Amino acid sequence: MGKNKKGIKDITSESYLQTIGRRFRKHHLAAVSFVVLIILGGAALLAPVIAPYDPDAIVGPFSGAPSREFWLGTDQIGRDVLSRLLYAMRISLLVGIMATLISTVIGVILGLVAGYFGGVIDMVLMRFTDMVMSFPYILLVLVAAAIFKPGLWNIIWILGFVDWPGIARLVRGNVLNLRETNFVKGNLIAGMPLRHILFSEILPNTVAPILVYATSVLALSMLDEAALSFLGMGVQPPTASLGNMLNGAQSLTVLTKQPWLWVPAGLLIVVLVMAINFIGDALRDALDPNSGRNS
Amino acid sequence: MGKYIIKRILIAIPVLIGITIIDYAIMCLAGSPLEMLQGPRVSQSALEAKKIALGLDKPFYVQYFVWLGQLLHGNMGYSIKSYQAVSDMIGSHLGPTLLLMGVSLIVSLLIAIPAGIYSAIHQYSKGDYAVVTFSFLGSSIPGFFLSLLLIFLFTVKLKWLPSSGMTTLGTEGGAGDVALHMIMPVIVLATSMAGSNIRYIRSAMLEILQQDYLRTAKAKGIGRFLVINKHALRNALVPIVTVIGMEVPTLFGGAVIIEQVFSWPGLGLMTMSAIMNRDYPVIMGVCLLSAVVVLLANLITDILYALVDPTIQLD
Amino acid sequence: MNEKEKTPLIQVENLKKYYPIKGGIITHTTGLIKAVDGVSFSIMEGETLGLVGESGCGKSTIGRQLVGLESPTEGRILYEGKDLSKMGKRELAGIRTKLQMVFQDPYSSLNPRKHIYEILAQPMLYHHISTAQTVEKDLLRILDMVGLPRNVLGRYPHEFSGGQRQRIGIAKALSLNPRFIVCDEPVSALDVSIQAQILNLLKSLQEELHLTLLFVGHGLGAVNYVSSRIAVMYLGRIVEMGEAKEIFRNPHHPYTQALLNAVPVPDPEEKGRKRELLQGEIGNSVNPPSGCHFHPRCPYAAPICSQKEPGLQEICAGSSHFSACPIVQAKKEESSRG
Repeated sequence: MGKNKKGIKDITSESYLQTIGRRFRKHHLAAVSFVVLIILGGAALLAPVIAPYDPDAIVGPFSGAPSREFWLGTDQIGRDVLSRLLYAMRISLLVGIMATLISTVIGVILGLVAGYFGGVIDMVLMRFTDMVMSFPYILLVLVAAAIFKPGLWNIIWILGFVDWPGIARLVRGNVLNLRETNFVKGNLIAGMPLRHILFSEILPNTVAPILVYATSVLALSMLDEAALSFLGMGVQPPTASLGNMLNGAQSLTVLTKQPWLWVPAGLLIVVLVMAINFIGDALRDALDPNSGRNS
Repeated sequence: MGKYIIKRILIAIPVLIGITIIDYAIMCLAGSPLEMLQGPRVSQSALEAKKIALGLDKPFYVQYFVWLGQLLHGNMGYSIKSYQAVSDMIGSHLGPTLLLMGVSLIVSLLIAIPAGIYSAIHQYSKGDYAVVTFSFLGSSIPGFFLSLLLIFLFTVKLKWLPSSGMTTLGTEGGAGDVALHMIMPVIVLATSMAGSNIRYIRSAMLEILQQDYLRTAKAKGIGRFLVINKHALRNALVPIVTVIGMEVPTLFGGAVIIEQVFSWPGLGLMTMSAIMNRDYPVIMGVCLLSAVVVLLANLITDILYALVDPTIQLD
Repeated sequence: MNEKEKTPLIQVENLKKYYPIKGGIITHTTGLIKAVDGVSFSIMEGETLGLVGESGCGKSTIGRQLVGLESPTEGRILYEGKDLSKMGKRELAGIRTKLQMVFQDPYSSLNPRKHIYEILAQPMLYHHISTAQTVEKDLLRILDMVGLPRNVLGRYPHEFSGGQRQRIGIAKALSLNPRFIVCDEPVSALDVSIQAQILNLLKSLQEELHLTLLFVGHGLGAVNYVSSRIAVMYLGRIVEMGEAKEIFRNPHHPYTQALLNAVPVPDPEEKGRKRELLQGEIGNSVNPPSGCHFHPRCPYAAPICSQKEPGLQEICAGSSHFSACPIVQAKKEESSRG
């Protein structure tokens, strides 16, 4: 797709990606969100370069108010809030993205297998999916965190392992439909091997809904990481995450007298998650021509 | 259709059994109940006696059936911390949670259904954009953050609303008092639920409004109002039912955090402290209960589907 | 080698395909759809056999068995005299490319996410029919054969019309150098004006490449145009088979007669032509009528028709015109005697 096939490409044809890009840009909110995410993501990535102070170093007064020296003030033990915020964003994004990747990979593989092979395999996998889906998400995560001890990578794996059922269901449904299409059958008749059918014919045709679903998984994972860390069951201090930076707000003093300690972190979560949601929404409209919005 | 319902119920049974097995397995992962009794004062012989009494010398699959048997008798074990029967604990904490969950669900639907429908009918209007933005906001704010903001505003600055517990300490309580305590947690829960519900109902409504048969009805000259209310709404029941079914597991989850922040004496709070204390019997009891409730909710939702949509087929 | 004794390219012996119906509270097989209920025929190399019948008569099912999408419940399929079900995996894989299919729906037969180059080239490269160096040349040759310009290679399926997509579908079937192609209603989904073009294309390709075709359709006109022989199917069985011209001139089985009658004739003199409309609805393949499946709708039905299943009989010796109606046969023999 999009490769140069010895100059055969016609100028007036539009590749699939280009069509999506064009439709996506029409969604103003999403375009803004995209820019915002690039900025914030870039900031997170470049945290070691642009943070004014070492996030773990004690550099200022206890709970100092925002000043020229410390733009967002200092926390209870004197660390620069702004620096911590940048690193926290890094961690939260890392958790969200990794967890989403893990659950997507698991979900896609299980969905492909269940949908394509059908029969007993499908039934067993789907029952298992039902079982996992029955447990309320948060409870599973909390319990797992309790058993396996909280920590950065533990959280990532736990969130990843709890989220795959939705994707598996989605992929399976698509595979069931695609299996019956003539182009898949045509390739079967042409004797193409299984790996080609699954990964070259079927999978690319389900990427669109997977991508949309994955954005909502990303948003949810970030919210969950925040909640877990807030409760103390997620990323552990001294590592900063957007969630555990809000932990201090449980004390009344912090809540009322020192808003710079918790409000920025919370706002950042809201902005990030909202941006991701807008993009996911726009992606869904862009990828599905029948969604009801003009393209 | 009756066949569909029976089949659906039959499928639920192995899932139910599977849930109990998963529950039991996790509990085994967490360690045997015996470990949790360990304390510096407990002597070795007492431990041994306890071990035999608990039946822990038997292989684990036998233990599973013993456990299951106990379960069916209503015995969910005893809290490690308080030695209370788990079933009793759940019973006493269930009420407040149901109250909170129920009211939040109703409020969120009261917001979401009209908003979603309005938004779909007046697509692209300013109102539509406002509703959509609100719904995104609602589903993007972490519950605990919103709670903190609300507490900051209403309890500290304005001193209008209490921020913890179900009733004011030292007083009798009464419906009005409880209601006051409920306002903020309900706002938080309802907002995040409404956020996703609005989007769902709106897009379902949009799809329905574009169906050809609806255009035929309009062409037949049936007034717009009737068209929307009679024809579209009846079909909108399906996504609304889905939405309600989907919310039940979310409610359980959301409640845990909210109850923690607002010190609301419900299942969530109980679970949270059980988790902090590694009180596994309680944790697993709640997990099992909620999984079963979710299963039932899904089952009922599917059955309601079958009643609302006669064309439904099983897989 | 004697022309008469040459082995047919394709032989089908007593092919049966039953699909189980699952139902009941505890899912089990509650019935069988007898899509194909004992079909035998053979196709010589270079021939086109047309397969006609109403929807649901089993003709598409036969096509699927021949290209290997499904396996028969009973019966044998022979390619060049060798039983497909008895072949080892390797041998079967080698034969697969020789048996190809052109589908009815041009809109779902091409992967929407790939451009035409990928769709056509991938199988060719996989089977080493072409190498990376030769594939472009080979593709251009095939495109030329189906009447498409070279610039289609860089484009996507959605950019083409139904007729063009069908040409691409034919190109795909040809790309593996098959000897036998099942054309499953290849023109039914196309505009009438395009149908003629595609039919002509198929006919000329067959001559040029010495292909063997099974042409499945329900429109007698289209089938007649491309086929040398025709087999008429009803509810899972063949009821008449013979040379195309002969069947048109001399339809034997009542069902064939009714089919021909239904074809509109563009001749104002024929206005008063008596049309025998078939009564009743097509039977159901789960519980087909006993004996001859056609008897409930047949104007010549006799008591024996519901009791005994008639087989295909040659009408007159050496004519290679077969029919499964003993009643009409008896009448004909009577009238030729008297």
